[in-house]
Amino acid sequence: MNTQPAQIELIGIERIFKLGDSEVHALRYLDIAIRAGEYVAVMGPSGSGKSTLLNLLGLLDRPDQGIYRLEGRDVTTLSAEEQANVRSRRIGFVFQSFHLVPRLTAAENIALPMTLAGIEPGERITRVQQALKDYGLEERAQHRPDQLSGGQRQRVAIARATVMQPALILADEPTGNLDRATGEEVMRLLEELNQRGVTLIVVTHDAHLGGRARRQILMEDGALRQDSAAPTRSQTANAHS
Amino acid sequence: MRIPDLLGFARDAATGNPLRTSLLVLAMAIGVAAVVVLTALGDGARRYVVNEFASIGTNLVIVLPGRSQTGGFNPANAITGTPRDLTIADAQAVQRGSAIHRLAPLAVGSSEISVGGKLREVLVAGTTAEFIQVRRLVIAQGRFLSTEDWSRGTAEAVIGAKVRAEMFGAEPAVGQLVRIGDRRFRVVGVLSASGQGLGMETDELVIIPVALAQAMLNSNTLFRILIEARNREAIPLAKTQALEIIKQRHEGEEDVTVITQDAILATFDRLLGALTLAVAGIAAISLAVAGVLVMNVMLVSVTQRTGEIGLLKALGATGGTIQLAFLTEAALLSLAGAIVGYGLGLAGAALIRLFYPFFPAFPPNWAVFAGLGTALTTGILFGVAPARRAAALDPVQALARR
Ligand SMILES: Nc1ncnc2c1ncn2[C@@H]1O[C@H](COP(=O)(O)OP(=O)(O)O)[C@@H](O)[C@H]1O
Ligand SMILES: [Mg+2]
Repeated sequence: MNTQPAQIELIGIERIFKLGDSEVHALRYLDIAIRAGEYVAVMGPSGSGKSTLLNLLGLLDRPDQGIYRLEGRDVTTLSAEEQANVRSRRIGFVFQSFHLVPRLTAAENIALPMTLAGIEPGERITRVQQALKDYGLEERAQHRPDQLSGGQRQRVAIARATVMQPALILADEPTGNLDRATGEEVMRLLEELNQRGVTLIVVTHDAHLGGRARRQILMEDGALRQDSAAPTRSQTANAHS
Repeated sequence: MRIPDLLGFARDAATGNPLRTSLLVLAMAIGVAAVVVLTALGDGARRYVVNEFASIGTNLVIVLPGRSQTGGFNPANAITGTPRDLTIADAQAVQRGSAIHRLAPLAVGSSEISVGGKLREVLVAGTTAEFIQVRRLVIAQGRFLSTEDWSRGTAEAVIGAKVRAEMFGAEPAVGQLVRIGDRRFRVVGVLSASGQGLGMETDELVIIPVALAQAMLNSNTLFRILIEARNREAIPLAKTQALEIIKQRHEGEEDVTVITQDAILATFDRLLGALTLAVAGIAAISLAVAGVLVMNVMLVSVTQRTGEIGLLKALGATGGTIQLAFLTEAALLSLAGAIVGYGLGLAGAALIRLFYPFFPAFPPNWAVFAGLGTALTTGILFGVAPARRAAALDPVQALARR
């Protein structure tokens, strides 16, 4: 079982931002492996490279050095179009500031990834209905984002992130704009997804929320400072159940 | 993305920013309306002139004495001297032509008409009964000249509306005797007023049999022979036949000019058609201006919607999809502008027709298609740059900006 390849494999990843003459080493020689179904919290002080790492994992950014294998495939060399397809089918994003399209209703926002992927309207409606039910948003289906509370907005965002049934959910400080109780609720929803087998990677600088994850990764100045656990046999088995 | 979704997305994006949308639609609409109204004016002028010419008669072939050097229509011919007389016998001979439906000889000169104590200078036209059909004149009272031997002629006269008004006032004119030159004629009919127009002024005309006119004017030559061809297709043949017959009668010499109404019409048609085209071109410049505006407003829109574009990329949209979405929006806005502009243009043309009822200010079909087509094309062409910019945005930075 240990021979099962990791879902995510980062080997010697470097990301350098050039600002005029100065260079910012946002990620330094990062080696990380994450197996399917893991629940990982990425922690660290502000500016330590957490978001940069997540963007890289989500194929929104390319490393300057190193190899990123996603499900056994080197994705750094893919064309922009192929990367977009991987994002569409395999990855769901949840952002701190929700990023809902203000002119679209909750239902339309949830349907957006399917609309972009060209999924037929009938299928879209069924899946949106299901998602609205799953996240308790049935009453809010026709509301626009500005008519929703923060928690409701993030629930719409999570529904949108999961509607394409991705294998991997990337959440960058998903509770950052929410009060504690609402934040707990949102985390619970994400964890439920993880329990159903979806890999969950959450960036947070809240130690309490981070502690809920089975694995914590601590970043500092772009480098991996501490990795609570390399995946064990039992966790791999867990991911398979 | 599916096409209906693409359209819906573009529509929502457009209606999501009403100010920007109405600005663009207005700019496009003004451009298209300008094309529609200006071409309506240009083509209206063309139609007006063509109609006026057509009202002289249909399928006309005109023979005039004297040879034209170019063979085409040359107004100078109308006043140059006559080498050999064009006679009533010539006209009668031309009637044999198979392509010739009917014809009327025409002798013209000025004379005086008097009745009671009133005296007036008039233009005297000597012709035959066929003239009324060939020239498409309308009789207001009485009848036209009677059909008779062309070389004789009853002393009958048909007078123009203005002549009638000035000579008879409220009195009935038909049946009255008048003196024209040194002869007495009976008025048998009055022409209906022709109104303003390019046609020969018939209101001040007095029409008498051609033989009497020639005698009065002391001349054997005709001013014109007006020929009506059997139909439109027969016009060229009628022209050759007329020319051949007269040439034969004039010892093989081609000393007359035959012109067709078609040729004159075609000249005007071409001239005014070119004018309309030029005007349409000028109007199209305003469409190009609208296109530049579309580009700038769409570029601003891309900047404003950076966050949204980043999001779409994160959700799996390819650069192509985003480009297509922005292009569709530009096309939709241009289309809306074109339709509004077309409506405005039609309203403008209708307004012109309301104030100048005799002026047929209808936009030609080609101009409408060209206007709408240009609007769409410019909208899409100028939409390419903003769409490309949107597609090329870095998703991370786009998402960060908000
Ligand atoms: N687009 C960028 N251009 C320049 N520097 C950047 C850019 N994005 C991130 N950085 C820098 O990289 C470092 C890591 O940033 P980030 O990953 O956002 O940190 P975190 O999410 O942990 O707060 C920071 O020093 C930040 O200033
Ligand atoms: Mg961050």
